[in-house]
Amino acid sequence: MSIDRRQFLKIAGISSLLGIGATAASATHNVWIKGIEPPQVEPGKEALTAEHWAMVVDMSKFKTEEDIKKAVSACHTTHNVPDFGNIKDEIKWIWKEKYESAFPDQENPYMEEKIKEMPFIVLCNHCENPACVRVCPTQATFKRKQDGIVMMDMHRCIGCRFCMAACPYGARSFNYRDPRPFIKNENKEYPTRTKGVVEKCTFCTERLAVGKIPACVEAAPKGGLIFGDLADRNSEIRKIVETRYTIRRKAELGTGPSVYYLIGGNEHA
Amino acid sequence: MLEKALVGSKKYWVWVAFLGFFALSGLYYYLQQFKYGLGLTGLSRDVSWGLYIGQFTFLVGVAASAVMLVIPHYLHDYKKFSKIVILGEFLAIAAVTMCILFIFVDMGQPMRIMNVVLHPTLNSVMFWDSVVLSGYLFLNLMIGWVTLSSDRKGVAPPKWIKPLIYLSVPWAVSIHTVTAFLYAGLPGRHFWLSAVMAARFLASAFAGGPALLIILALIVRKVTKFDPGKEPIQTLGVIVTYAMFANVFLLGLEFFTAFYSNIPGHMESFKYLYAGLHGHNELVPMMWTSSIFALVSLVMLLIPSIRRNEVTLSFACIMLFISLWIDKGFGLIIGGFVPNMMNQIRPYWPTRQESIITLGVWAIGFLILTFLYKIAVSVREETAGVEIEH
Repeated sequence: MSIDRRQFLKIAGISSLLGIGATAASATHNVWIKGIEPPQVEPGKEALTAEHWAMVVDMSKFKTEEDIKKAVSACHTTHNVPDFGNIKDEIKWIWKEKYESAFPDQENPYMEEKIKEMPFIVLCNHCENPACVRVCPTQATFKRKQDGIVMMDMHRCIGCRFCMAACPYGARSFNYRDPRPFIKNENKEYPTRTKGVVEKCTFCTERLAVGKIPACVEAAPKGGLIFGDLADRNSEIRKIVETRYTIRRKAELGTGPSVYYLIGGNEHA
Repeated sequence: MLEKALVGSKKYWVWVAFLGFFALSGLYYYLQQFKYGLGLTGLSRDVSWGLYIGQFTFLVGVAASAVMLVIPHYLHDYKKFSKIVILGEFLAIAAVTMCILFIFVDMGQPMRIMNVVLHPTLNSVMFWDSVVLSGYLFLNLMIGWVTLSSDRKGVAPPKWIKPLIYLSVPWAVSIHTVTAFLYAGLPGRHFWLSAVMAARFLASAFAGGPALLIILALIVRKVTKFDPGKEPIQTLGVIVTYAMFANVFLLGLEFFTAFYSNIPGHMESFKYLYAGLHGHNELVPMMWTSSIFALVSLVMLLIPSIRRNEVTLSFACIMLFISLWIDKGFGLIIGGFVPNMMNQIRPYWPTRQESIITLGVWAIGFLILTFLYKIAVSVREETAGVEIEH
């Protein structure tokens, strides 16, 4: 999806007429000059770029629950993810699941107890063939051409939740009510959302644009989350995926998830 | 002709006021939902579609079923349907309107509904669903209105309406096929990922819609001077029987594939719905009610003496309608979301507000149906005894 100045003005104009486009107007000055899409941050000189952003989760590096909590809360505080304190309204971008939930149908009764009980980090897989993007009736969720990140345009989303039905990973959350009163310490650098739209992990596009690695990667134990360009033969992530045995969640569905898991916990795994 | 909906007996206005009360109650709670968000419903991140989308799906079927009158009447020249084909077309109008309203009340950002038109997305089934549904509404409005006006004037309908009538046949099939594709093309939702989904949808539609029409025709005969006739109702009864048989057969196919293959992902939703899973059996009584009603009504319809008796026929139709409503308006949607993508059970049950909004939309639909039927019946009463070829 690309957009020119004319189209953008059309969208911004009509959405402001409908009284919903307050932020669309403020993003204008970047968007039409650089030809980037409305929800994106204009990349600076120091921006990190890639052809195919991907992540390896090395479970051996997460020693305690605390290690996981750090990564999760770094993401949720950075992105103003609200905490409602109940499952029904729950919104989450990155969280932990047991092996049997993260990899259903791949467990066996004789598995090592440690792996069975180990909390696995799960998040949006930024799929190569994202089902959520295929079903969205307004292109409010779309795959960024330059680096494969699956993004959300919060100002275009109509809240039909087709993407939530389509995502095989349960990676998407819906704002069932106004999230703002439930954000403990609002990060003024990142927008909050309104009720009635879907949201999810964005691989921290706003941080990549200013040369920072994703918040969860920064907060995780060293080497726990490896983030990089899978298309680059010399990148660390590519070397790991080439030399170690990794698994992906529900790869059999053909979605092409970009998050890989190292499970074994030792070099020979 | 519209003025005919504005004059009526006291009974007529009491009925309109009754529906109006429910419509306004629904509107009241909808305004609350509009303000608070969809958190007012029982939906969650795990079960993200519920009662609203279930009603939408079910009513697309009711709308499509008008074709069961249009095909015999216009393609096979089955004259007996000439008086009641208008009842089918007007039912379709009311049903499509309810579909659109259910989609609207389900939206998180209803004020952005025009985004679907502003950013047409050809790869989204939902985009196509909005195209075919609005097209179908237009077709039925045109056809119903033009043919009824001609009847009233005692002339044959204009020739240009014929192509639209023929177009409405594949169009009716398309609305329910596309609606099935909303579900049947999603990776990871094994319960929905079935090639017979669209066929099942059509079969259940062609059973449920005409069953409702039989009930409506009998009511029309009772409360007005217009008699839809005995024979058309019997023909509809036969149509319902065949379609219901196909529907039960297709559901059986789903069970076979799931349980003979023994693949957990394919079995789990069925287990949750019909037997309970991991201690959760919230929907089991409902689903068994649906199954029993389906079988009993099918057996009743298969026995000629029961089918030919209008009293027992209407009982069978009511049971059949309830059965299909549970199966398609509720179980089908919830079963797709439970267990969730992490193989966990997060049950769903509609809230009071959500149920009243749902009732409100049905009431609006029945108000539209009442007005349209009032018009059709008034015209029929005026032209009683006059037979027109079309």
